Amino acid sequence: MKLIIKNATTVRPCQAGASPQEQQDCLRQETVYIQDGLFSQAFAEDPDTLVIDARGLHVLPGLIDAHAHLRDPGFEYKEDIESGTASAARGGFTTVACMPNTSPVCDNETVVRYIKDKAARVGTVNVWPIGAASKGQKGQQITEIGLMKEAGIVAVSDDGAPVSTADLMRKAMTYAADFNLTVLDHCEDKSLAHGGAMNEGYNSTVMGVQGIPTAAEDIMIARDIILAEYLELPVHICHVSTSSGVELIRQAKARGVKVTCETCPHYFTLTDDACLGFNTLARVNPPLRRPKDVAAIIEGLADGTIDIIATDHAPHHQDEKDLEFDQAANGMIGFETAWQLAYTKLVKTNQLSLADLARVMSQAPNQLFKQDRGSLTIGRPADITIIDLSRRVTVDRFKMRSRSKNSPYHGMSVDSDIAYTIVGGKVVYHG
Amino acid sequence: MTKLRSKDLLGMQQLEADEINLILDTARTMKQIMQSGNKKTAHLQGKSAITLFYENSTRTRLSFENAAKYMGCNTGSISTSGSSIQKGESLLDTAVTIDRMATDFIVIRHPHAGAPHYLAPRVNASIINAGDGMNEHPTQSLLDLYTMRDKLGRLDGLKVAIIGDISHSRVARSNLWALKKLGSEVYVSGPGTMLPVQFAQTGAHVCHRVADAVEGADVVMGLRIQLERQEAGLFPSVPEYSRFYGISPEVLRLAKPQALLMHPGPANHGVELPTEVYNCDQSVISEQVTNGVAVRMAVLYLLNIRRNS
Repeated sequence: MKLIIKNATTVRPCQAGASPQEQQDCLRQETVYIQDGLFSQAFAEDPDTLVIDARGLHVLPGLIDAHAHLRDPGFEYKEDIESGTASAARGGFTTVACMPNTSPVCDNETVVRYIKDKAARVGTVNVWPIGAASKGQKGQQITEIGLMKEAGIVAVSDDGAPVSTADLMRKAMTYAADFNLTVLDHCEDKSLAHGGAMNEGYNSTVMGVQGIPTAAEDIMIARDIILAEYLELPVHICHVSTSSGVELIRQAKARGVKVTCETCPHYFTLTDDACLGFNTLARVNPPLRRPKDVAAIIEGLADGTIDIIATDHAPHHQDEKDLEFDQAANGMIGFETAWQLAYTKLVKTNQLSLADLARVMSQAPNQLFKQDRGSLTIGRPADITIIDLSRRVTVDRFKMRSRSKNSPYHGMSVDSDIAYTIVGGKVVYHG
Repeated sequence: MTKLRSKDLLGMQQLEADEINLILDTARTMKQIMQSGNKKTAHLQGKSAITLFYENSTRTRLSFENAAKYMGCNTGSISTSGSSIQKGESLLDTAVTIDRMATDFIVIRHPHAGAPHYLAPRVNASIINAGDGMNEHPTQSLLDLYTMRDKLGRLDGLKVAIIGDISHSRVARSNLWALKKLGSEVYVSGPGTMLPVQFAQTGAHVCHRVADAVEGADVVMGLRIQLERQEAGLFPSVPEYSRFYGISPEVLRLAKPQALLMHPGPANHGVELPTEVYNCDQSVISEQVTNGVAVRMAVLYLLNIRRNS
């Protein structure tokens, strides 16, 4: 099986804060060769070679989502590995890392193997399971991280729930480090969050809805930074949403603390105004914040404080969203809008470059999980996302491939679209 | 202005000033009917109203039921116990079931903010919000406004002090939205743990001392303190609360001499105000109850006109 992508403008990742010239140098006119699923040296075209003419298109290392919920096993009515990876492929993702809050929880090698096996059977893109940090995600005892690593986990997290105590977080970070894995933490001080349903601020006051203060997120980020500094071990902060959280991480990085973090498209696209009218599609945790937080998230992406854009793709059935605001589930689907929102809100506005997106949506997530993708390097697996920047699309949540339709972006106009998603040299999406 | 703009009454945020005045003007006629000795009109003959209450209530529920009955409306009531709600039926399914029995008005009280707003576009009946979580309680605000206008002759240029648990109060919110639209100023005070964040941004004046809020006020309104808030740690004890945040006779003397003392009820005597204040000459608390029936009659009457147009 051979593939040649001709007339391509390739996009390689640049360092954060790279000069315009350096960013320009990341774009090249070239032909990409793929053989046996790997990037290859140039070879002669023969009748068996598939040729893609990528004139006018941009060729990126395949996008990697560091944070998604595939809901399989246990919640297949929301999503399963087949529908979830089809949705990811449609959104240009060649790999998704899936969080362990399934039923049963992915806290042992059996569930890890189930996910890997099913993904190999019916999945469209690579699936990298993330194992729970604590048994049952109950925050009591650490899991069999070593056995799960052998079965294929790429990181450890209790996402959905924060790692409840500093002591358990310390144990998880320390033990995971023995297996060269990083703990990914959902940062939320539950005592301050008070079961709130949206950001605490003017809008929650006007709507009479219990709010979640930014401090609930920041306090947990600070705790994790302090542990990482004390233990001299890495920690990764999930879905950062606050300006003060970005600043805590910026200062910690400047001191050399091994902290990395991600944000999600909704935190640089929407504010808590989206909740007005009790719009449950805008309910998510961490909640949508204020305009100043959106500005700080974009600034953090531009200066490299924020390493990764992840989706936090969180499918929910209509019955869990078509409800009173307080009763509705948290989360929104994100695979099929993430690239376009990043391009429209960050690149079209000249705050990030295409090479920056190649870093935050491909290279950096690969680095977090210490895998062999996220680049166009010869000899590596040929995961590629080809983008058409000339298209303009109106988001239609009912046409998405995800089994769930809980997107808050319905009707929004966005720039660019996915032309091809290629996993291991095989075209899995073409549109 | 002879008609309301919406089929539903969701909150004072959704009502314009002219609609508020229309309801208050209509309520004056309704109060006369109430006090005529023959409380029976044919305005709502052949109509039906259902009260759907997910929280306990004495006065609001009875007030709506009486208001409907005085105008010839059929009434029924559903509450959480003894209905299919206990079997886990969803709010939407419950409301649609009521709606499909040709119900004209669904009066809903619900612990979650926005529940009436959620139902309104999904049923044919008029949804009337009788209190949704911490969000709004529009008919309570309307009866408060009616009482103020009746006693003070106007609703503009007033200083209205609202004292107590502002965070959890739908009454405070509804009155704030309404009084702002009508040209009056709202001052709030209560323990810092019971003041919502960024409340000053709504246009309310936030005072940390009760005396500052009450001084020179035309209206002093106490709010019910839910005693379970003490367990949640929002105030340390009843004696401490009443000492610093209670409306004592001394505090009330800081208001204008003819200031009204109001309370939406039910009151905790000796907590938010002592019994002698509850019963003082300035207290209009029992008139509020009477006016509540009149404004609810007006609301039902006007929504019915809107439905028939």
